[in-house]
Amino acid sequence: MEIVARTIGATRRYGEVAAVDSVSLDVPAGQLLGLLGPNGAGKTTLLQLLAGLRRPTSGTVELFGGDPRNADSRRRLGCTPQETGLPPTLRVHEVVDFVARHFPDPVPTSELLEQFGLGGSDRRQTGGLSGGQKRRLTVALAFVGRPELVLLDEPTTGLDVDARHALWAAVRRYHQGGGTVVLTSHYLEEVEALAERVVVLDRGRIRIDGPLDDVRSLVASRRVRVRAAVLPELTGVERGSRAGDRHELWTADSDALVRQLVRAQVPFRDLEVSTATLEEAFLVLTATPAVVSP
Amino acid sequence: MSAHGALQLTRTHARYQFTETVRIPIAVIGTSLFPALSLLFFVVPQPFAQDPVAATAAASQLALFAVMSVCLFTYGVGVAEDRALPWDGYLRTLPVGSGPRLVGRLLNGLGFVLLGLLPVALIAWLLTAATLPPSRLAFTAGALLLAGTPLFALGITIGYSLSTKAALAAAQSLLLPLAFGGGLFLPPETFPSWLDDFSTWLPTRAGRDLLVSATTGETLPGTAPVVLLGWTLLFGVLAVQAYRRDEGRRFR
Repeated sequence: MEIVARTIGATRRYGEVAAVDSVSLDVPAGQLLGLLGPNGAGKTTLLQLLAGLRRPTSGTVELFGGDPRNADSRRRLGCTPQETGLPPTLRVHEVVDFVARHFPDPVPTSELLEQFGLGGSDRRQTGGLSGGQKRRLTVALAFVGRPELVLLDEPTTGLDVDARHALWAAVRRYHQGGGTVVLTSHYLEEVEALAERVVVLDRGRIRIDGPLDDVRSLVASRRVRVRAAVLPELTGVERGSRAGDRHELWTADSDALVRQLVRAQVPFRDLEVSTATLEEAFLVLTATPAVVSP
Repeated sequence: MSAHGALQLTRTHARYQFTETVRIPIAVIGTSLFPALSLLFFVVPQPFAQDPVAATAAASQLALFAVMSVCLFTYGVGVAEDRALPWDGYLRTLPVGSGPRLVGRLLNGLGFVLLGLLPVALIAWLLTAATLPPSRLAFTAGALLLAGTPLFALGITIGYSLSTKAALAAAQSLLLPLAFGGGLFLPPETFPSWLDDFSTWLPTRAGRDLLVSATTGETLPGTAPVVLLGWTLLFGVLAVQAYRRDEGRRFR
């Protein structure tokens, strides 16, 4: 299978800090890869390396077999501006037309705008669009040139639920048509909804790399709190802490854990199950350098 | 990239930048009006405005000033502003090399230089004794280009190595000293001799001498081409370095 993007031992430092630290990653054609990690984990820097925006301090970065800093290597790449940084005085169709002129066979502007729910807005200046419309336009720009690889950096940040689901549908459509996607997010939910393969970055390093289901079982994403004098032997607990009779347990499967508790027939009270935030889930991961091979 | 493709992309980028700039007309009017107003208020009422050589020299000086303000502001501050925007990072992911983007920017700046020069030429022609025989037009254009090159490189250096605020401060603190010291406001004949000596080494003075020699036919001081070449090389190297090092906004 063709590898459309690859890093080999890529490191990028900003002064003392290694934002990306010897990362080796292969992205085969047609894959939908989710890059997950807390803020500052190095997701954006990794995408910037793949897009040729930054040079690795050491190591190699390849895009379609070439150097991404070379314009020709970026011919089959689609990116999206981070934040909503559109030139405010330009009209929507002017921005799309301008980007389209860089590609040999662009999607017609009206068709693209229709796809992303911007049908009637082509004559408006981008500065006058709503936040959600701007976000949709920036994501649409990634698809103008009929790319084979799309890099999406937190594509749905700041969108409401409906708009987010519409965007997910667009990404899925593109992927079903054979497109390759690398998507960053700090929403566990978003990566779960879209990705086939998940790579978890933490402090610049790959902590986990594997199929979605494997990773899901690895991430202790549920927190179970319970008060009990003694707890029975429980399986599936990634990490636990205790203060007096208060126990805090981290697990990937809270249902199974609760069932065990009940079956053991020990007295307990104040049972509380909550979904961990990504940051909390990663605390478990960083303690165990688990790498599942894809 | 084929030569045809590069040419087309250059046009695309020039047009895009032009559209973007003219949508905020005050930016255009601001840079192009000041030299014309200076000519109108500080040259036209003076007795020497009726002396063909002096008036031509004064108009030439202000023309070079127009070129310099475009170089320092459109290129210097404008580039620094663009680099701070996420949009600039996006543009660098498109399959386009640095050539078309830079040349597009250059062409766009040239357009604004012409917009700034037009009122200066018009006022000089209508309200003063300044003359520019057709035979000198080509010389004048060439001299403006040569005198503007080091200033263009200086603007690019500032734009690609400083943040927006620092670039604005640098452009402002360079503009007036370079203009006064280079004899763009007051002719160097009025300088005390120490200032005249110092002025000889400034890029604006060398450019001014070249331009005045092209428009009036006065003899060109031998130092001017050397000084101009020196600054062009120095700023040229700095500009290329700053441009190569640039990765957009710096995060720390």
